[in-house]
Amino acid sequence: MKNLKELTGNFLSEIGEIAQFTRRFFREILKPKQEFGEFFHQCYWVGYKTLPLVGTTAFIMGLVLTIQSRPTLVEFGAQSMLPAMVSVSLIREISPVITALICAGKIGSGMGAELGSMRVTEQIDAMEVSGTNPFKYLVITRVMAAMFMLPVLSSLSNAISLYGGFMGVNIRGMVSWNLYWTQVFDALSYGDLIPSLIKTFFFGFSIGIIGCYKGYHSKKGTEGVGRSATSAVVLASLLVFIIDLIAVQISDILGLT
Amino acid sequence: MNPVVQVENIQKSFGENHVLRDLSLSVFPGENLVILGKSGSGKSVLIKCIINLIATDKGKIEVLDRNIQEIGQDELDTLRSRVGFLFQSNALYDSMSVRENLEFPLRRHWNKEQRQKGSKKAVLEALDDVGLAHTIDMMPEELSGGMRKRIALARTLILKPEIILYDEPTTGLDPITSKEISQLMLKVQKKYNTASIIISHDMNCIKITANRVIMLIEGRCYAEGTYDQLKQSSDPKVLEFFE
Repeated sequence: MKNLKELTGNFLSEIGEIAQFTRRFFREILKPKQEFGEFFHQCYWVGYKTLPLVGTTAFIMGLVLTIQSRPTLVEFGAQSMLPAMVSVSLIREISPVITALICAGKIGSGMGAELGSMRVTEQIDAMEVSGTNPFKYLVITRVMAAMFMLPVLSSLSNAISLYGGFMGVNIRGMVSWNLYWTQVFDALSYGDLIPSLIKTFFFGFSIGIIGCYKGYHSKKGTEGVGRSATSAVVLASLLVFIIDLIAVQISDILGLT
Repeated sequence: MNPVVQVENIQKSFGENHVLRDLSLSVFPGENLVILGKSGSGKSVLIKCIINLIATDKGKIEVLDRNIQEIGQDELDTLRSRVGFLFQSNALYDSMSVRENLEFPLRRHWNKEQRQKGSKKAVLEALDDVGLAHTIDMMPEELSGGMRKRIALARTLILKPEIILYDEPTTGLDPITSKEISQLMLKVQKKYNTASIIISHDMNCIKITANRVIMLIEGRCYAEGTYDQLKQSSDPKVLEFFE
């Protein structure tokens, strides 16, 4: 009983600390001077360096989903619906969520470990005593980069996964390039694309905030750095699903589903 | 002569652990004050309180005539440009080259024009002071422990501080490198007329650098004097350090 009470207390206290960290983010973001150089540097790491992993996963995802869905549609004589079904599933849900989960693993853990190691080796303190605001230099730039790069990565992932779908359709069947894309675009509407793009913005924000929070508040020692990286991935992945759930509910209320 | 650092009755606890208890001290211009004490006696906490990295529970700290607990963040940042801090772990930014490490403090305190015109000269001058101008394009991982310490000192010197706080500058170094670093600290004091607070329990370093020594025991000032005065003390707790 005491253990449960302690766990609940710790959980609530961590939520409070994350809320304060987020509040500080919004307060500091408005202050001059902006660190554009570091922001673009982070965009390069978050975006360009994650693209090969996201691209490969997206291609496999599109290919596998198509191959797996085919037998069921064949059973109902609806194999001509395959491009439409696969494209709606990929664009609305699978591609943005899988991209966010990959980023939670790569970017979230990277930020947690990098800032955690900077905390442990007193590099963040060194920035502070030199009169530089480490929160603005390290946290704001990373969270902003994740926020702006996730929608870009997700859009590229959408395109690549649909190409994977085309390959999947043509393994057993014979669908021309033009016919495939006509069927894909006929099935999709802005109501599918825009909500999925907007939620990736929030996915990026949550991955950035959690990764930076865990690293920035890393406890002393190498064990603390490892723990920061791991818990950043776990918490960021959990938040991706929670945000997705909320986004689906909002889309439903707005009649976009 | 007014002190450049004035600490009055400060207290700091971490939970039940009372680290600093009513500690007072003063540092005067151009003076090297060494704080000597066993591990856990509150030495590092003291200098982190002086630079406001750790907030005190009670007491007053004045640095260059400013009460650091009462000033705003902007004024604190400006004041910090006049106070250098050499970390025990060196705290070099490991993703940046030596040049970028040294240029980093200039970002906040120099404008773009000043940086474009003067940063290269300032970096080379600071590296020359520590005898490592040839390492300018190297990464911290390529440097030895002693070289890293020197680069960290160069980064501290780049803003020409009036006060330097050294946190165990010779810990983890071999005796020869340790002596070189101690002599370098003395050279810096003479060249720039800086006041310094040096946290150390390396007796050779203390002998070379100290104008005055304060011994901390359990967060209190236990003894004070020059190196020779403390060495000749009859107090067994003081003598423990000299044996």
